[in-house]
This record gives sequence, structure tokens and C-alpha cells, in this order.
Amino acid sequence: MSGKPRLTYCNGRGRMETIRWLLAAAGVEFEEVFLETREQYEKLIKDGVLMFQQVPLVEIDGMKMVQTRAILSYIAGKYNLYGKDLKERALIDMYVEGITDLMQMILMFPFSPPEAKEKNLHSIEERATNRYFPVFEKVLKQHGQDFLVGNKFSWADVQLIEAILTVEEKVPAVLSGFPQLQAFKIRMSNMPTIKKFLQPGSPRKPPADESYVETVLKIFKK
Amino acid sequence: MAEKPKLHYTNGRGKMESIRWLLAAAGVEFEEEFIGTKEDLEKLRNDGSLLFQQVPMVEIDGMKMVQTRAILSYIAAKYNLYGKDLKERAWIDMYVEGTTDLMGMIMYLPFQPADTKEKNLALIIERATTRYFPVYEKALKDHGHDYLVGNKLSWADIHLLEAILMAEECKPDILSAFPLLQAFKGRTSNIPTIKKFLQPGSQRKPPTDEKFVAIVRKIFNI
Repeated sequence: MSGKPRLTYCNGRGRMETIRWLLAAAGVEFEEVFLETREQYEKLIKDGVLMFQQVPLVEIDGMKMVQTRAILSYIAGKYNLYGKDLKERALIDMYVEGITDLMQMILMFPFSPPEAKEKNLHSIEERATNRYFPVFEKVLKQHGQDFLVGNKFSWADVQLIEAILTVEEKVPAVLSGFPQLQAFKIRMSNMPTIKKFLQPGSPRKPPADESYVETVLKIFKK
Repeated sequence: MAEKPKLHYTNGRGKMESIRWLLAAAGVEFEEEFIGTKEDLEKLRNDGSLLFQQVPMVEIDGMKMVQTRAILSYIAAKYNLYGKDLKERAWIDMYVEGTTDLMGMIMYLPFQPADTKEKNLALIIERATTRYFPVYEKALKDHGHDYLVGNKLSWADIHLLEAILMAEECKPDILSAFPLLQAFKGRTSNIPTIKKFLQPGSQRKPPTDEKFVAIVRKIFNI
């Protein structure tokens, strides 16, 4: 009987945040180990615990899993958030990959030089409103169901609600042209496991600030 | 009765090459429609064929699939190259993410500014020989099997062979410290479907040259 999954990462969102979201949405309790110094990171590498010398690391079911997508796929598969067959999985994968591309822009944003920040913020807003959100608005409108794929809660829905809330932190009115997504946001936010995750005191991490950026650079910069 | 999959991309490796490899290794014949001009790309976009306005796009089993990883996962699962259960899938995913990161570095090299090429090439060689290849060498050594996962050919093996050959194009003796990978390369290259793909006249694309870089820059405005 395995213990709770154990997450090793910095004490901030980064690439681990989507994993926290998915575990929380699936109702899975987890532990966290926070990297605060370069020495801690180097010890992990020396101990041979990080397959490609990188975090995120999630210890789950006897495996030391690395690579964000691999971890997310495993969790989705294990907790029945990956559709009922190959074709539903294909749709979920496509949606998730698109959202990941948008989230990647936000992930990198705190690390962009000050003079590039305004341009990057504008790119995020542009991509969200012209490339990504219209796709999901259309999907929801076309089938009229509560969830993106197969009329059932899946990884794709978790990833989308995370993306919506994260973009809204930077662009508060971003959903103004998307009524389906507005309704989706409310529905997802009210699902018990997600509602709990959105409350203060949950493992959800705050947006990156200067102190977080400093810590990350200190630990990982060569 | 199934039609052949149809691949939409430029006439070069890029992100589509891993898909060509996987289909070929699975013994699946496919057609290709090449994007030669900006107008070709615009037409696909205007037709609504590209979910996120991007290629690769693969028409397969009635779907217009986009997002490289989604496409690869679908093909792997459909043709039984994705392990026998969730845990084997997790290992395949982890290994594939590693080779994806390495091949990503190599793919972008021709697009880097000329004055950074030498430094980036050195980084590729360092990463290949100290971060990635040791992992696969050890995996093969630990279990002594011919294949990376579950003693059976999988997507992970095909992806690794592709990465090895790409890395060798950067540095011909890059496998010199990895005897098991050398043997792996020999064995896997001789698998009939892969052997066929490695012969002249197949749909395998040549390394990216300056001419192709110019075409890509023009079509995608980068």
C-alpha cells in the first residue's frame, strides 16, 4: 500500500503547478519537498534520483517519475481522467498540448527581461484570445455539454480551468468574449475537489514574484 | 479499409520527422502534402483544418490531429507500441520526453544565430553524452533486454534510434562511450520496417540545410 505521492520542486508554481492541480482535482492528497538551495538540488542529482537531472520529480507508486507530461499522463490514466478510449484520449491530448503551449508563455514570463515584459504580456493576451480560447469556446458550444470531452470530467477540463484562472491574473477581462468559458469557469470552480484547491491554505501556489525568480535562478542557473 | 494517414508539413524534418519514423516503424504507409509557401499554410488555416493554426497536422482515422505529442501517442497506442499497462506507458513517456528534449535542441540548431552555433553544438554534445545517453545505456544494462521497456519494441526504442542517428550527424563518434547503445543501434536499425525507412528513396527527410531554414522562415514568419 503506497504512501501519498511526494512532489519535489521549488516552493512556487513553475512546471509542478499543473501536477498539483491534477492531483487535487482527482482528490489525491500529496506531500511536497521544497528545493531552497543549490546544494539540495545537487544532492538529488548525486543520489541519482533525477533521471535527467531535472525536476519536477514525483514519487508515486514506487516510481521516481520525472518529465511533466509523463507524470500528468500517468496521473490522468490512473484516476480515470483520460477518456474512455483511444479517440477520446487523442482529443484530450490535443487540447492539453494546446493549453500547455499557452501556459508555457506564462511560465517563462517572470524570467523575461524587464524591457520585454510588456511585449510578452501582449503576446499572451493575443494568443489566449485569438488562438486558444476560441477553440474551447467552440467545442463547448458545439456539443453543449459540461465537459470538454466525452461528457465526463477529464484532464483537459482541469488544464483549461487552470489556464483560464492563470491568464485572468494577468489579463482580468480575458474571458469577456467567451460566454461558454465563463460558464465553464464557474462550473469547474464549484466542483468539490477544485473548490477546495482554490481555497486559502491549499497546496496551490501563488503567482511568481521576484523572490521566487531569484530562488529559481540561484538553484538552477549554471 | 482504412485510408492512409496524410501528413501536412513542410518538406523537411522539423517536428514531423518523429511522426514519419513512428509510422514507418509500425509498417504504416502514409501520404504527404507539403507546405511550400505561405499561401499553402494560409489555405490550411482558412479551411479550419488546423485546430491551433499550427502544423504538424495528420489526417488519421477521420480526425485532423495536431500537436506532435498527441499524434505520436495516438499512433503508438494504435499500433501497440505503448507498453502493456499504465506503468510501462509511464516509462515509455519518460524516456520519450528525454529524447524529445535532446532532438529539440538539435532541431533548433540550424535556426540559431551563426555566432551561437558553436556554443550550442557543444551544449548538444554535452547533454547527449552526460545527461541523456547515460540513462538509456544504464536502462539497457540493468535489464539486459534488447528493448528499453517491457522486453518488447516500443515507441521509446524508435524515438531513441532517431535521436542517436541525429546526434551522430552532429558528432559521428558520439556513441563511443556507450557500447550498449551501439549494439542497440545496430539491432534496431535492422528491424525490417526501420531498415526500409533508412534506405534511400524512403520518406525519411535529410538533415536541415540553409535552404530549408530560409523556406521555413518565410512560411512561418520567424
